[in-house]
Amino acid sequence: MNERFEIPGQLKTISLACLGIGAVTLIAGIVSLLMGHSTDLDRTRFWLTLLHDSVFFTLITTVSVFVQAASTLAHGGWIVAYRRVPEAIGANVWVFGTIAALVMFCIVFMYGVGPDHHNPIYEWVKPGNDPILKGKSAFLNKGIFVLFTVAAVGLWSFFGRKFRAMSIAQESAPKGDTKIFWKVFRLSGVFLIVYALTQMSTIPWLWIMSIQAHWFSTMFSWYSFASAFVSGWSLILLWVIYLKNQGNLQLVTKEHLHDLGKFMFAFSIFWTYLWFSQYMLIWYANIPDETTYFKLRQHGPYSIIFYSNLVINFAMPILILMSTPSKRNYFTLTFMAMVIIFGHWLDFFQMFMPGPLGANWHINWFEIGMFVGFAGLLITVVSRTLTKSSLVPSNNLLLKESMMHLS
Amino acid sequence: MAIKKFAVAAYKDEEVLFSAVKKVRKSGYKLHDVFTPFAVHGLDKAVGHKDTDLHIAGFIYGICGTSTAVSFISWVYTVDWLQNYGGKPHFALPAWVPISFELTVLFAAVGMVLTFCYLNQIMPGVKKHVFHQRQSDDMFVVVLELNAHSNEQEVLKFLKATGADETNVQVAESGWWYGRFDKKEPYELANA
Repeated sequence: MNERFEIPGQLKTISLACLGIGAVTLIAGIVSLLMGHSTDLDRTRFWLTLLHDSVFFTLITTVSVFVQAASTLAHGGWIVAYRRVPEAIGANVWVFGTIAALVMFCIVFMYGVGPDHHNPIYEWVKPGNDPILKGKSAFLNKGIFVLFTVAAVGLWSFFGRKFRAMSIAQESAPKGDTKIFWKVFRLSGVFLIVYALTQMSTIPWLWIMSIQAHWFSTMFSWYSFASAFVSGWSLILLWVIYLKNQGNLQLVTKEHLHDLGKFMFAFSIFWTYLWFSQYMLIWYANIPDETTYFKLRQHGPYSIIFYSNLVINFAMPILILMSTPSKRNYFTLTFMAMVIIFGHWLDFFQMFMPGPLGANWHINWFEIGMFVGFAGLLITVVSRTLTKSSLVPSNNLLLKESMMHLS
Repeated sequence: MAIKKFAVAAYKDEEVLFSAVKKVRKSGYKLHDVFTPFAVHGLDKAVGHKDTDLHIAGFIYGICGTSTAVSFISWVYTVDWLQNYGGKPHFALPAWVPISFELTVLFAAVGMVLTFCYLNQIMPGVKKHVFHQRQSDDMFVVVLELNAHSNEQEVLKFLKATGADETNVQVAESGWWYGRFDKKEPYELANA
């Protein structure tokens, strides 16, 4: 059995090319800002794009840690056949988390425009005389922001690396030894609490929702979690299919792929449910404080993204992934995973951009180049981590269950 | 429904049942049905059932529910009985989504239950022949269909060889029919 993964030359070339595109885009972006023709909007767009991509990639990689914790607590055995993939993605949360934290700290502490040096992205940094921002300043301030950001990124990275380390330690444990299993079990419980208090509540408030600090929604964290979760699953699925095409992961059968596809399908519907719950209540109540968010997106310059978001993330998954054969087909699964990742990248795009940029949004060489760059970084670090250990957790207690899995 | 002859084999052990079903299918005898007191995993595949198309019926019922809801609500609020609810447009699609969703689920659920009953030949008032009294208690019952050319003794011998604890030949209605439970059919008297 082909247990070890060696990075094929093609993948190395692609990932380096993507990284190169990202680096060139970043440098070109900085140069074009320094050339002197740039406006405040250009600078805001530069920072927002960095923020959008780094936060998106941090959240979708953290999903892998959550997936491991949740399936461990549920005694889910079927994941074991491809468990090295979420482990490898989760072990690299720190890369994207660090970048995201750095970008955010730059924005919060260093960025400002205009004579009063106000912050166009995180308005709450300098609330001025705004009564609403002042009222929220007990939570929306630099101290809390730094505290939660450092704690969240630190804990996610720690658990991501810890789960992988313990899974590898299980390999050298005596056969049938349950000590590490129960240790992972307890830690998974702790991680779920951490995750609930960060990704599922406070972190989207601070990182994303506070971009339009006057507006708030109680659904927002769940909605952005669902968005990240379904794209995180798609990311795992893409890696599983890639490794299987390379001749690795021979324990993964169509039954596993079918269930991964079911997750992608089900959580696309879950995302739609949360998206609609947020939208419908605001639409129905029609309170001007709340409708500003959707007015800008639905009727303004973002309407094309608003509607394509629904088509890509709801209509396409429900129609294409509904039937059983399409969830057992490599092509439709790969295609839909890519579509879903792109769709939720767009979804995050319309969370970040409208507030600070208004009508001046672009999806242009800079946005696409940065996305490609981050994707290249992800491919590079995850493939490197994958080579470092056997892809078959042969001493895992639930391996047999995973081999017998029927969807 | 046609009255046919059946060879019945009852097993006490689930493990024996699986090998017996395999042997029956290999032998070429016509397997009528298998009755078990509980759902046995993998038995459907062993018996040779194809994957059900029930979910396709469910999808169609769901679509019917959605279109019923949307067409009825939109007819009421844009044609028949225009009302102003909080300044909302008459064609207030987001407000209808929950109701359309509920009706989709209702149609799909009820339709699938009825289809399931039809496919499995169970309905209130339907009479079915019980091949073995313990098939809903602690025994697994395999029923083979016989025809005019069947050698009954040979079939029973074969069933005994597969590990059956009890075997016999019965005459029964092959399908389902409406009837009264307390009335004895002539062939039942013949069996008794």
